Amino acid sequence: MLQIKNLHAKVEDKEILKGINLEVKAGEVHAIMGPNGSGKSTLSSVLAGREAYEVTEGEVLFNGKDLLDLAPEERANEGVFLAFQYPVEIPGVSNINFLKTAINEKRDYNKQEPVSAKEFLSLVKEKSALVELDAKLANRSVNEGFSGGEKKRNEIFQMAMLEPKLSILDETDSGLDIDALKIVANGVNKLKSPENATIVITHYQRLLDYIVPDFVHVLYNGRIVKSGTKELALELEEKGYDWIKNELKV
Amino acid sequence: MIAELTKKDLIIEQLNALTFHAENEHFKTLRQAARTALADLEFPTSKTEYWKYTRLGKVTNKTYTAQSAATVDPTPFLIPGLDAHILVLVNGRFKAELSSFSSQPGVTVLALQEAKTASRTAFTKHFNQYTVQQGEIFMELNNAYHTDGIYLEVEKGIVAEKPYHVLNITTGNQNIVQPRNLIVSAPDSQIKLIESFVTIEAQESFTNSIAEFYVAENASVEYNKIQSFGPDNYQIATEQVYQESNSRFTVNTATFNGTLMRNNLNVEVNGTYCETNLGGLYLGKGKDHIDNHTVIDHKQPHCNSNEVYKGVLDDESTGVFNGKVFVRQDAQITNAFQQNNNILLSDNATVNSKPELEIYADDVKCSHGSTTGQIDDEAIFYLQSRGISKRNAINLMINAFAKDALEKITIEALEEYINTKIEARFTK
Ligand SMILES: Nc1ncnc2c1ncn2[C@@H]1O[C@H](COP(=O)(O)OP(=O)(O)OP(=O)(O)O)[C@@H](O)[C@H]1O
Ligand SMILES: [Mg+2]
Repeated sequence: MLQIKNLHAKVEDKEILKGINLEVKAGEVHAIMGPNGSGKSTLSSVLAGREAYEVTEGEVLFNGKDLLDLAPEERANEGVFLAFQYPVEIPGVSNINFLKTAINEKRDYNKQEPVSAKEFLSLVKEKSALVELDAKLANRSVNEGFSGGEKKRNEIFQMAMLEPKLSILDETDSGLDIDALKIVANGVNKLKSPENATIVITHYQRLLDYIVPDFVHVLYNGRIVKSGTKELALELEEKGYDWIKNELKV
Repeated sequence: MIAELTKKDLIIEQLNALTFHAENEHFKTLRQAARTALADLEFPTSKTEYWKYTRLGKVTNKTYTAQSAATVDPTPFLIPGLDAHILVLVNGRFKAELSSFSSQPGVTVLALQEAKTASRTAFTKHFNQYTVQQGEIFMELNNAYHTDGIYLEVEKGIVAEKPYHVLNITTGNQNIVQPRNLIVSAPDSQIKLIESFVTIEAQESFTNSIAEFYVAENASVEYNKIQSFGPDNYQIATEQVYQESNSRFTVNTATFNGTLMRNNLNVEVNGTYCETNLGGLYLGKGKDHIDNHTVIDHKQPHCNSNEVYKGVLDDESTGVFNGKVFVRQDAQITNAFQQNNNILLSDNATVNSKPELEIYADDVKCSHGSTTGQIDDEAIFYLQSRGISKRNAINLMINAFAKDALEKITIEALEEYINTKIEARFTK
């Protein structure tokens, strides 16, 4: 589904991604861990198409298409979804209006009819229940005045509404209380299918107890320096990143 | 030796050629007084404080003629789904055959010229009352040379059932158009109006319009103004409002474009417990220049005023906002709130925003604020990342930004019409 080959990217003349290689197949869950500032959010931003990041080398294929050649909205409509580490507040734009616009643009992209009011409402009901998002929040401005945890739930709610093929969850667990963590993880699991794939970026092994990854990668200084199975996350939790840094020095 | 004619003289020379309906001495005297006043007034320059950010060269350099009414089709400018009385003016003259309105007991609707002939007491009492000796050349030009317009009078305790839509259509080349309205609302009455200004195949036309409003005790007036000219047409619009105690006056001004648009809105609040709402939205593109000057003069205690103007400026357009609020010594317990926010969509767009508060009373709550910024790129990216095109993302953001500027409009069909116009403007 996703093939990242030797991806280099810089921001304001500072190279942050220094040759990333990663392949994600349909049905898989990949976890990316790594110390602060190692480039995890940069990788997600580059995949989602944020303009500030300049790709200097490498390529990214998404279901055979050159992802880097597409505008952010085209990537989304092809099925890429990024749950932001820091969701943006948009005063005045109602969550509902925003989602309806998004769904209809996707339908338009896929040459489908716009969603009917009734269909849309029942979707909202179903999907907000999935992440136990308070119905009142759906009617407020996008993320405005939402608590940290509510913002994260709202990201997963949007993901549920848009049914992406590839979801990238950038530290969706941070800011969630223990119950919310379970709810959100449960939501993600319910949306899982053999046709879609998930990349979870996290600092905490705990999330991976709920969203069980097939692969765990360690991103350090702009490169994936170690990959393994879910046991790698446990090892990291226990030993921290120093042993990997030391390993690299040798 | 013959003195060289100034630009003002040239324009006046053209206007002197106008013939008016027979008017009685009273109205003739008013015109004559304005002509006398004009002798001592000149067109403002950039040194004139009131006109500092708006250069009028473009407007005053032309050789205008005041053209007669053409036959046009007003239907494209009607507001879909709106049940209203339609009053059409073409080139500043009332056109009964293009208008459609019915009568309601207690509401008088007359073309201004008819009102002059009829000499209704309320008309004679209030006409020209709020525009006299203001020292403003454009006001005096209209005082002296206005052609026609609408007179609306709502009698005591009467609630006008339907809104009145005054539609001003301008046609022709270098046409000078000077319409004039008077709205008199008696105590306890209520009325809602829409006035729109449009052009049909007009080039370099100049509209110098005036509307006077008298709002009596406990009366309520909602005035909605839509300016939607074709390119290369100019307007200076003046509204003079006088409020008595316990009255409510709401004005919403939506300016969709305009090579040169200047709105002078002056509200004298000379009663207690009044409410005054000023909403404004202006959308500039190309080389548009849109200037809103407002004055709210609080002279009596216990009044509230609320002013929100918002601008979205694209390309090389310019927005000007100058909002003055006076709170006179007697106007204790005044709440005056004023806000002007702007979004610049291009590096070459500019805004000059100047909120001014002059407070002479001590027990007041006043606030004012002005912001000018770009559209939030982070928010645009966020919306795009959900599959929304950049154009639509901008559209959503602008709608959100603009929303509260015109939230005091209570005519639903009008609200929808304006939203559609905003959307059409920013969607691909
Ligand atoms: N727009 C930017 N301008 C300048 N530097 C940036 C920008 N974006 C990211 N960086 C820098 O790039 C590096 C990687 O940042 P990134 O956000 O990708 O890290 P991360 O792995 O997601 O960290 P965390 O675990 O703290 O979320 C950091 O040093 C950061 O300061
Ligand atoms: Mg990060």
